[in-house]
Amino acid sequence: MTGSERAIWVRGLRKSYGSVLAVDGMNLEVQRGEVLALLGPNGAGKTTAVEIMEGFRRRDSGDVTVLGEDPEDAGRRWRARIGIVLQLGTDRGYELTVREMVHQFAGYYPRPRDPDEVIELVGLTEKAGARARSLSGGQQRRLDVALSVVGRPELIFLDEPTTGFDPEARRQFWELIRRLAADGATILLTTHYLEEAEALADRVAVLARGQVAAVGAPASLAGRATADASVSWQAPDGRRTVRTGAPGLLVAELARDLGGGVTGLTVTRPSLEDVYLELIGASR
Amino acid sequence: MTAGQLAQADVRPSPAEADPRLPGAWRTGLARGRLEIIGFRREKEAMAFIFALPAVLLVLLGTIFGHQAAAEGVTVGQLFTAGMMAGGIGSTCYQSLGISIATERDLGVLKRLRATPLPPAGYFLGKVIQVLAATVAEVVLLITVGMVFYHLQLPASPARWWTFAWVFVLGSVACSLLGIAASGLPRSYRSAAAVIMFPYIILQFISGVYVPFTSVPRWLQQVAAIFPLKWMSEGLRSVFLPAQAAALEPAGSWEHGRVALVLMAWIAGGLVLCLTTFRWRSSRDG
Repeated sequence: MTGSERAIWVRGLRKSYGSVLAVDGMNLEVQRGEVLALLGPNGAGKTTAVEIMEGFRRRDSGDVTVLGEDPEDAGRRWRARIGIVLQLGTDRGYELTVREMVHQFAGYYPRPRDPDEVIELVGLTEKAGARARSLSGGQQRRLDVALSVVGRPELIFLDEPTTGFDPEARRQFWELIRRLAADGATILLTTHYLEEAEALADRVAVLARGQVAAVGAPASLAGRATADASVSWQAPDGRRTVRTGAPGLLVAELARDLGGGVTGLTVTRPSLEDVYLELIGASR
Repeated sequence: MTAGQLAQADVRPSPAEADPRLPGAWRTGLARGRLEIIGFRREKEAMAFIFALPAVLLVLLGTIFGHQAAAEGVTVGQLFTAGMMAGGIGSTCYQSLGISIATERDLGVLKRLRATPLPPAGYFLGKVIQVLAATVAEVVLLITVGMVFYHLQLPASPARWWTFAWVFVLGSVACSLLGIAASGLPRSYRSAAAVIMFPYIILQFISGVYVPFTSVPRWLQQVAAIFPLKWMSEGLRSVFLPAQAAALEPAGSWEHGRVALVLMAWIAGGLVLCLTTFRWRSSRDG
């Protein structure tokens, strides 16, 4: 695999704060054009790992390559190729308008997007003339995204972007992320909302105690697609549940035995939440 | 490479081949300066405490004490005007930068700028432009108040204009660097104004801004002489007061050489402090 097809490559990453090991031998690869969700409980090392990839923190050891460069000594040209939505990007007290800020940031980049189109993209056209500090939490987050994508980044980092959103605002925000992904950007998203990872990510990496405990598509993470299923149905003598690796066969047998109709039949695989809880629990 | 990847590569050429030019410090700095000025003017606290307060205090102090004679042909109002000009420069340079940068750091504004290709020089050039505009406007405002209320005379000779120019430049640069350095002291944006203003208000009392320097006890005069404000106000008195007012100075003359020396020493020290302590992230952010 050539470096140009890989947006992020992390091997054996370690970082500790005093005696606390935040990241402990993390490995991760993100392909270009991919949306990868880094999932993990609070304190799992998500933000530390991402800030190392963003060039905001120095690592203790390990190899990190982001868009072909080591973030620790990458320059302004590299910065122009990545977009960062910080966890605490807030503009309380900022007296500038949305339009003024997005136009301003566009001027930092060599090939910016049209600022007004970006404002439209994040759904702030009606608020373009409003001062940044007057925006709601969700709107400020959209402004953060506008500021980080106006430079046409190849890679976008989003650190827990929807924390504190109501369900509707979260769904609108997801739509925005999907549009950016459809535009061809590589996206690394950290979140502790499972449904967010499931809704947006091509692949999910579960981070627990500073290591990637599992990585894969949300539907097949940690063998989820092939794990034993629970088949449950209403038998004449009460409800019965059987765990089986071949639910199709069991259902066919049931249909034959019960003469076609199987009352109350359900077949369930472990949910992403089941798999996730097991992964972070197992590593404790 | 598959056809799909090829098509993707076509719509997303690497920036290096599309346009190798990153906007530089001048372009980004001028754009930032423009918005910094707009932001400053829209911020009510900044306009009230940093910009308007020195003029309000000058009118107030002048109304109370202004028409007493400080010396032959010199009124206390004129003394206050020259001193308040030094105080005003400190306000729009030291206070303004100290509070605004501390707030920007605490709220993550600096960190986000650091995440962009904006050159650090572009950020600081923007600050320089804003501070310069506010400081020139401040001095013009105070001169106007002095002329209207206290018969202040504009400098009459080229030599005095020259003194005015170098005291203004050295004083502004020294105060700005100290403001940038002091921006690291407040722990959060909530405490920024208090932490930055507290020592400065005390310094103004002992440096001949709020109280004529001759009325300050000798030991406090010596404390004030460590800091730039006392020297700025002395330099500005030498520009705006008649020659005989020199007799009111502790040295009995205008010490231009020492004024320049002390201000330049603070510029050197302030620069070292800024270069060694400036941070883009708040301390709470690791």
